[in-house]
Amino acid sequence: MSVGPPLWLLAELTYRCPLHCVFCSNPTEFAATGAELATADWLRVLREARALGAVQLGLSGGEPLARDDLEPIIAAAHSLGYYINLITSGVGMTEERIRAFKAAGLDHIQLSFQDSSRELNDFLSSTRTFELKSRVAALIRQYEYPMVLNVVLHRLNIDHVDEILAMAERIGAEYVELANTQYYGWAWLNRDHLLPTRAQLERAEAAAQRVRARLGSRMQIFFVVPDYFETRPKACMNGLGSVFLAVTPDGTALPCHAARMLPGLTFPNVLESDLRSIWYESEAFNRFRGEGWMKEPCRSCPERHKDHGGCRCQAFLLTGDAANTDPVCDLSPHHHLVTEAVARAERAAAAAGNGTPSAGPGTPAVVSRPHELVFRDHRISIAVEHGSGATAGGQARGES
Amino acid sequence: MIGVRPTAKPSIAHGMRLQWEPAQAAHVLLYPEGMVQLNESAGAIMSRCDGVRTVADIVADLERTYSTSGLTDDVHAFVELAVERRWLELRE
Ligand code: SF4
Ligand code: SF4
Repeated sequence: MSVGPPLWLLAELTYRCPLHCVFCSNPTEFAATGAELATADWLRVLREARALGAVQLGLSGGEPLARDDLEPIIAAAHSLGYYINLITSGVGMTEERIRAFKAAGLDHIQLSFQDSSRELNDFLSSTRTFELKSRVAALIRQYEYPMVLNVVLHRLNIDHVDEILAMAERIGAEYVELANTQYYGWAWLNRDHLLPTRAQLERAEAAAQRVRARLGSRMQIFFVVPDYFETRPKACMNGLGSVFLAVTPDGTALPCHAARMLPGLTFPNVLESDLRSIWYESEAFNRFRGEGWMKEPCRSCPERHKDHGGCRCQAFLLTGDAANTDPVCDLSPHHHLVTEAVARAERAAAAAGNGTPSAGPGTPAVVSRPHELVFRDHRISIAVEHGSGATAGGQARGES
Repeated sequence: MIGVRPTAKPSIAHGMRLQWEPAQAAHVLLYPEGMVQLNESAGAIMSRCDGVRTVADIVADLERTYSTSGLTDDVHAFVELAVERRWLELRE
């Protein structure tokens, strides 16, 4: 099997973060990881990954602004030819820094809600966080960065899509990602409290559709459904080890940012090996390449080239075996684990008195961004869509 | 053609970047958190969209470069699609 180059490098610069999110996608054991890489190590990682073919760079965390060497990291990445995405909560952003980032060559800023419902409530009620976000949003506009607002949805906030989009419009976002929580890391621990009901999901999608119709291309809205409500899994990372490479704060290289949970694999560290041998030769990156690892029903399924059997982390979390079919697939003998979790959410919501079915219009189709490659970043585990290739020769994208 | 005038001057849209990637042997269009790998003809068109040349100039240049004719409809159709996808911006 021929192995292509990594195209997307996610540099998780630090796990430090001033926020405390209920569904942070950082590993739950992050406090136990080693010391952060030094600036010079990151610069070497950038050079090595670029030489392999990586061209999209995500700078994330934790909160990447907690590093005081972002400026030289951005400058080096820019001169190497990366398209640089900074994924930030905005906490710690100043005009001085945003100007320095621009001068250094930063391409884009994603202002995200770091998943705490408290933060969202502040935002919706125009209190402290909203002022912080508005200030940072104004700076983003002033310095002419494209602005993406990312909001992670779950049972406690999914009924506020109208308000969220109104706020997004007010602060001038060009793209809004309404990404339903995916259940890894902290979110896995909180799953029974976070999973929305189907009725909530349908109402939220309909609300997004109404705003989309009203605003047209002025603000692009991406609504990403949680895969628990699907019958086919996402083509996670386009298959592990196919395009995506994450490096954690201590230098551990991962084929997806959640992969550290997968048992029986030793993940290489950039302090000990160069990226070329990590990408092409390490057991950790080769383990789930191709289809040789698959079990039934994936092994003989005609759809296996399309979804690669789904997410390995999800298969492991739900079934205890990372080589099983992702239970989101209704052909999986474990699919009931997913439908039972959804049913529990319905019962919990009914008991709490929300999630009543609406008589609204039919469920809009999953929004897709065609022509794009599969990428994951900080929101990596957060969602997925399937796009279709078309005239421009684009490749399908499953977006997280 | 519908939509795109021959005198319009397309340029790469704000926040997007077009570059040649040797590792993919293709032009790619980079934008927030994503990228499009362009096929050869899309790459040939997009790399000529510099905000100075008109659509008619681009057609003429492509026809010269590839010693062919009759590219007008294809180029217009592509530019229209690319504008709709916000890959290109047009100045009349
Ligand atoms: S059985 Fe496996 S390959 Fe087939 S659709 Fe389900 S997850 Fe995909
Ligand atoms: S979906 Fe993929 S990226 Fe996300 S956690 Fe699973 S293996 Fe990792």
